[in-house]
Amino acid sequence: MHQSVQFPKTSTGIEGLDEITNGGFPKGRPILICGSAGCGKTLFGIQFLVNGIKEQNEPGVFISFEESTADLTFNVLSLGFDLRKLQAENKLRIDHIRIERSEIQETGEYDLEGLFIRLDHAIKTVGAKRVVLDTIESLFSGMDNETLLRSEIRRLFQWLREKGVTAIITGERGEKSLTRQGLEEYVSDCVLLLDFRVIDQIATRRLRIVKYRGSTHGTNEYPFLIDESGISVIPITSLKLNYKTSTRIVSTGVPSLDVLFDGGGVYEGSSSLVTGTAGTAKTILAGHFAAGSGQRQERVLFFSFEESPDQLIRNMLSIGVDLRPFIDAGLLLIHASRPTLQGLEMHLLLFHKLMKEFDPRTVIVDPISSLVSVGSPLEVKAMLVRLMDSLKLKKINCLFTALIGQGGDAGNDPMVDTVSSLADNWFYLKNEVEGGRRQRMLSIVKSRGMEHYNDFIPFSITREGIKIASTQSHSRSKQTNGK
Amino acid sequence: MENEQRWELRLYVAGQTPKSILAFKNITRYCSEYLEGRYSIEVIDLLKNPQLAEGDQIIAIPTLIRKVPEPIRKIIGDLSNEEKVLVGLNIRPIPVINEP
Repeated sequence: MHQSVQFPKTSTGIEGLDEITNGGFPKGRPILICGSAGCGKTLFGIQFLVNGIKEQNEPGVFISFEESTADLTFNVLSLGFDLRKLQAENKLRIDHIRIERSEIQETGEYDLEGLFIRLDHAIKTVGAKRVVLDTIESLFSGMDNETLLRSEIRRLFQWLREKGVTAIITGERGEKSLTRQGLEEYVSDCVLLLDFRVIDQIATRRLRIVKYRGSTHGTNEYPFLIDESGISVIPITSLKLNYKTSTRIVSTGVPSLDVLFDGGGVYEGSSSLVTGTAGTAKTILAGHFAAGSGQRQERVLFFSFEESPDQLIRNMLSIGVDLRPFIDAGLLLIHASRPTLQGLEMHLLLFHKLMKEFDPRTVIVDPISSLVSVGSPLEVKAMLVRLMDSLKLKKINCLFTALIGQGGDAGNDPMVDTVSSLADNWFYLKNEVEGGRRQRMLSIVKSRGMEHYNDFIPFSITREGIKIASTQSHSRSKQTNGK
Repeated sequence: MENEQRWELRLYVAGQTPKSILAFKNITRYCSEYLEGRYSIEVIDLLKNPQLAEGDQIIAIPTLIRKVPEPIRKIIGDLSNEEKVLVGLNIRPIPVINEP
């Protein structure tokens, strides 16, 4: 029999991390966070405290062995963490412990009771439930008696447990061990490893739970990002399918395409994928989709990875779709950038940021396939899953285009494979050459929960946009896999 | 002029521990021997006044601080090594030849 005796956990204050750790850090225990310089350990600690104060009403103590209080306060101010205010409200206490080896002489026996007293005093002053020690290993560079330091640090961690505070202890990554001084020997409840790597010239931050005694946890390496709202982790596999679905129908922006669906369009908040080789009018279909949203007076956010806003507007205008009024009315925002401009995490961040600011009802990404140039397929997949999921939660319509190789079958492309299984609607575009004449063809591969026209159907691009040949004999397929 | 220099020392302890008592005994002995009439020792018990630990950056106990003359010097431990304490406080000039 499986007994679900769970010890109490406390929120990490870091978006996404509570999901990976199944509820957060072990309450009242020490947690070791290790990583090389510049991997975000200090920020991790600050965010843990600040969110503890704000969200859980748990005051905190930050013992800094490295940065001064002033530096620390200034450095996180840009992330919206006002440490000075929290200190004034008596919810946070920062104590900077400075150890100058040159100032200190050692003679005879001593202990670190002074450190304990300071910590105890700080905890009592604010009634702290959370403590961060950043980075306690600095003691080793300031004092000679290593044996004593080790036994005192061991005593300190035991003392922290007795105090019942949830404590984050940071440690610098060692060459052979997780931390330089082997702190992992003393903190064995929960150990997190932060990593900062540059792969193909693109910086990526990763997080891994090395150990979490008595708790299940995600075992992957999770990408995380540091942006102007702090650290957030992107859990790849811990997303839950529990969003609400809509029965409202929205237009694809192409009337002759809408009629191919039984409902006269696609479901609101559904995700659509458009695949095709180069020159099969994927962007044009995306442009129509944007215009359709604009006509409903709904805001639409268009991420363009290949064309500038001007180019997109000009090209759509040439086929009679004028996007300019929507831009002027503040209904359409085109964000154009090269995918290689920044790492994947920054793209995702930008998505979220713009979505927050612009609050669109429709999001278009054209094309998602170019994101592969900045991340491994696994990472891109993770990012798209995350993105699609957050769009679904907010009932935002989305349309992604994806380029597939010439003569390629969509099923062979791992990226399309992933996204197509997630997408609710899938449009497959192709060009067929018959007797020297090129014929554009469209097929609705799937549309979850809706009957739709099932065959390849010719279409043309006219001065009034995409025109799909009218269909006399509608051969339909009943779609029952409405997930 | 050197002889007119006053010495203000501060000893941080945490209760009456053997190490703290020993440190106090030691420093009193060195002072009466080398700084007769020119010194003061203030003992601060952090168990009673924990808020005072931050100001002088105390982490180790016992810690002896030379406040005057400046610059501030810090010696941690029970002060059992007379030579080290005298050098650390600069009561005696640093010997030219360092003994092992």
